[in-house]
Amino acid sequence: METSGGLAEAASLPWRPRTHAGTLRRQEVLWTAWTSWVVFLFTAPGVALIAIEPLTLPAALLCFAHAWAVPWIQARRGATWIVPIGSERSAARRRDGDAAAESAALGLLGDLVGHRQRELLSETGVAGERGSLGVWLVGEQGAILVRPGGRRLDCWCVRVAEHSDLPAGDRVAHLLLALREDEAGFAKVANFGFSGAWWRVRRHVPKRARPAVDAARQAAAASDRSAS
Amino acid sequence: MARLIRLDRTGHTTLAEWTSEDEAAREQAATAFREQLDAGMIASVQLDDGTAEVVRELPADAELVVMRRPIAGG
Repeated sequence: METSGGLAEAASLPWRPRTHAGTLRRQEVLWTAWTSWVVFLFTAPGVALIAIEPLTLPAALLCFAHAWAVPWIQARRGATWIVPIGSERSAARRRDGDAAAESAALGLLGDLVGHRQRELLSETGVAGERGSLGVWLVGEQGAILVRPGGRRLDCWCVRVAEHSDLPAGDRVAHLLLALREDEAGFAKVANFGFSGAWWRVRRHVPKRARPAVDAARQAAAASDRSAS
Repeated sequence: MARLIRLDRTGHTTLAEWTSEDEAAREQAATAFREQLDAGMIASVQLDDGTAEVVRELPADAELVVMRRPIAGG
């Protein structure tokens, strides 16, 4: 059997470095530094304003609001990429959607994920997949990687290149297959969009999908304990 | 019975079915497989360990071969 030995899509992006635990740690440090810088950048002038003239409190509050809002928006942007099946932005909610096609796609996806993950998929609309980089949650237009230990989440924007006619289940199945074929290649193809503490991401994930985040965190924490 | 399926707008379409004894059906499946590759699809075979593998030839022993479209960063 002739195999290609990796994700074909990743091979067409030679300028991107291949993702591994070390590159994710670097991204983690960069995101932490960036968030700290943003918070400092807006908090420091607010504190200075109050110290110089307490009557400038409204302007200082505006600075503090920025210090809170910018990281909040970044986390929200990352978390909303995942698009669980059946959620507001799901292809399954299209007006011109084909119910039979959606059902067939979900059936196949259920077969792909296996018995244990099938229940989580039907409850939350996202597919869980354990990988060497952590535990993945895969939706229609993105994925969340719960890193070992379960405290940090990375958000990725990735989708089927030509997806407009595909039912929701098939969109997830495409990403899941690609992830299983080559995890590092999948991460190379996907656009890295956010890295942060789990609670910053979870609160922006659609409510129905939050149990999937919790389950993935538990799995990531358990695998981290067993590895140490 | 092995199956070659394509993920598409209908959910999925079965392109071919074959058994190891039926050489003609297998040849038909191999032809359909090559046509899909030529059309830019990617062939994926599930492995027993839960991973998957990209294949460039129709595997003789696979139960299910899935043709999927390429993925891209959003």
